[in-house]
Amino acid sequence: MIINGVSIDATFAEAFPMKATRAIITAQNEKWAFIAAQAMTGFATSVIACGCEAGIERCLSPAETPDGRPGVAVLIFAMGGKGLAKQLETRAGQCVLTSPTSALFAGIESDIKIPLGKNLRYFGDGFQIAKVIDQTSLNPNLAKSSSTTKRYWRIPVMDGEFLTEATTGQVEAIGGGNFLVLATSQPQALAACEAAIEAMRKVPNVIMPFPGGVVRSGSKVGSKYKALNASTNDAFCPTLKGMTHTDLSADIESVMEIVIDGLTKTDIDLAMRVGIEAVCALGEQHGIKRISAGNYGGKLGPFHFHLQEIMA
Amino acid sequence: MSALTFTLKIRPNQRVDMSPLVCQHLHECEPTEIAAMPLRCGKQTVRVDELFSISGTDSADIIIKNSFDKLDFIGKDLAFGSITVEGDAGAYLGLSMTAGNIIVDGNTGLYAGAEMKKGYLEINGNTGDFLGGALPGNKMGMKGGLILVKGNAGDRVGDHLRRGMILIEGNTGDYCGSRMIAGTIAVMGTTGRHVGYAMRRGTLLLWNTPYISASFNDCGTHTLAFLPIMFKAFATLNSRFAEPATAFNRVQRYAGDIAEMGRGEILVKH
Repeated sequence: MIINGVSIDATFAEAFPMKATRAIITAQNEKWAFIAAQAMTGFATSVIACGCEAGIERCLSPAETPDGRPGVAVLIFAMGGKGLAKQLETRAGQCVLTSPTSALFAGIESDIKIPLGKNLRYFGDGFQIAKVIDQTSLNPNLAKSSSTTKRYWRIPVMDGEFLTEATTGQVEAIGGGNFLVLATSQPQALAACEAAIEAMRKVPNVIMPFPGGVVRSGSKVGSKYKALNASTNDAFCPTLKGMTHTDLSADIESVMEIVIDGLTKTDIDLAMRVGIEAVCALGEQHGIKRISAGNYGGKLGPFHFHLQEIMA
Repeated sequence: MSALTFTLKIRPNQRVDMSPLVCQHLHECEPTEIAAMPLRCGKQTVRVDELFSISGTDSADIIIKNSFDKLDFIGKDLAFGSITVEGDAGAYLGLSMTAGNIIVDGNTGLYAGAEMKKGYLEINGNTGDFLGGALPGNKMGMKGGLILVKGNAGDRVGDHLRRGMILIEGNTGDYCGSRMIAGTIAVMGTTGRHVGYAMRRGTLLLWNTPYISASFNDCGTHTLAFLPIMFKAFATLNSRFAEPATAFNRVQRYAGDIAEMGRGEILVKH
């Protein structure tokens, strides 16, 4: 398959099941909501060493947030429910509770609940106040569910009061969707990835957790060193073209990867399609030669994203 | 199916215990069985059809017409469905109800919504003392749900209130929010003496500055983030509380009652 002179490899990205949650951070203005969200999703590029993968999904207008202030939606992914709960709680406590004027709300409904502000309340040292808003009492026609009965905690802090919802939902999700951009130069590879990320940020329910959404150090499973379980993906390293079993042709000088975590396979399919389209729109004339994807032979991850099927 | 309607034929001199006439008791009853059900009226027991003419069949939707202030225990332990009272209701309206909704056109007596656990209670007129309170000797009043009063309320509103919300468009008597354990009481009108007497936790949200007792400490004026969320939740109500112009988030905060646990608060619109 060739799109605008860019060859789409007949390969697939291999992804894994994860647990995910969404939180909504609001603040006095978008600037401070964004600062809190950036702090909360910092050092969360890969579960390999960060404990979770997190990112800003999108900014929310005041009409979209529970308290009518500007907000930001963040998505957090982890390999298991326990890990997710721990990461959410520590990040909420250290990054959002501490951020001026912030408030924190659940951003996703699910029967499985994980603590959001439930335990942060103890920071209130006994002065914290709970408020339960039961929509089923306000409107008897509503069925009782987690979305109709909400518990909030008001925690006194030095700038006023930190308002947080007690819990948020935990859902099944997918992590590790990806594609590789192979270009004739490093600036061209980066420009193509920037164009892809700009387009992909408009897709809901996905994050690209790496710095700026782009990975320059894709990894393979295993290493010659026993202590490491991942190491550089030498088949795609342009400086090793003559030294290893390379996957690169002579004209490729730089490869960058975009990793996508999403709530469903459909979301990742869409994000990959939008991203690859943006890369291909630049085309061969901008030095983009190939699109490929990272996988482990299809034996490890149950979700396979075939590039040519996605772009068909 | 039309609503199961009880129309009062005569006004007995003695008080009537209406607790058998709730949706879950009448569910799957034949009209003849309902007509023959016994009601306590003073020291006597009378058949339902001696006091009421009965029409309709939908026991999940009960209407009591020509009601007056001696019909006690309407909607006691209500577990589902709705009860509409056309006229006044007596004491213990919606006592310990666990779900459903009760709407009263007129006034009600003492202990309306006392110890209710869930559901919605709307009183379009005035109500007596101990609204949402605890029965004498009991330690917990209303434990959940919502009470809306469009008129005035008597003394001891929310006495021993444990959880849930009481919204009052009019005025209240003395000791509003007395001995509150938690929960929320909002009063648009005026409040009497000893507001929040011995409250442990919970919120009293007032539109008018009350006489604040010495056991409440002024914590200053604040913009509180939870208030817009709470007002937003009222949007579905048929009430002045639902009007956008009613909402505010700037309040004077008084903490107390420090003669008790002292974790409660009186928030006065600023």
